[in-house]
Amino acid sequence: MITLTHFLLVSTCLFCIGLYAIIAKRNAIMILVGIEFIINASILNLVAFSRYDKVNYGGQVFALFAIVLAAAAVAVGLAIILNVYRKYKTINPDNITDLRD
Amino acid sequence: MELAVFYAFAALTLGSALLVVSLKNTARALFLFFVVLFGMAGLFIFALADFVAITQIMVYVGGVLILMIFAFMLSNKELLADLQNTSSKFLSLPNWQSLLLCIGFLSVMTYGIIEWQENTPKWITENIRHENILKSSDNNINQLGIKFMTQYLLPFEVISIFLLAALIGAAHLSRKEDPN
Repeated sequence: MITLTHFLLVSTCLFCIGLYAIIAKRNAIMILVGIEFIINASILNLVAFSRYDKVNYGGQVFALFAIVLAAAAVAVGLAIILNVYRKYKTINPDNITDLRD
Repeated sequence: MELAVFYAFAALTLGSALLVVSLKNTARALFLFFVVLFGMAGLFIFALADFVAITQIMVYVGGVLILMIFAFMLSNKELLADLQNTSSKFLSLPNWQSLLLCIGFLSVMTYGIIEWQENTPKWITENIRHENILKSSDNNINQLGIKFMTQYLLPFEVISIFLLAALIGAAHLSRKEDPN
């Protein structure tokens, strides 16, 4: 049986990789991938804690909710990215500086 | 033995995640993202969450990743040139500011985890003492279905409406504008 600490360490590493992707990448799609990494790290935490909660299954249930939220976020985010690309012909967030046209 | 397999999966996941953030080629990075998601599904199974693992594969690999590859191909005309590009710069150099920030954050969180180990929450120790934790022989999916339809019915309905709203919004956003 694997204790909680191992899960927490792995998810911390994944969280930091996602953070790096968000800060350093020059491509909006890769930034979305970084956000997915962070969401996955949080899902791993929820699932790991859920092992000690046999009565409520709270962690697993909310892990499923988090997966649904991530899917919705990606759908909306990619639609926005495609619209931005249509207007600016680039998806580098550094070049997108106007809030209105 | 179990721990060795666990860390093999963790190394697979974290290694390909590191490659995803360091590859210059976005197409390769997106396909490596597959590997990360499968590795995460494997890690979920170690926490006895088999249904979450299957959902992860179905939703992420079947939905999210396909969407991302679509968006990438629609927003990058130089994809094929990019794929055949055999430049010497395979990996992009990390810029040191963000690397520093991430390593700092990682060390703070690791320190927090190590400190936290000494005083585990009371409910966890109670449940371990009473043998009230999930076992691999339990019928998890059955219990999960019952919980979804009884205790967590309201969040379930709310998330369904939310997903519907988000998908309608996404379809509306990505629609072609009127010519006038």
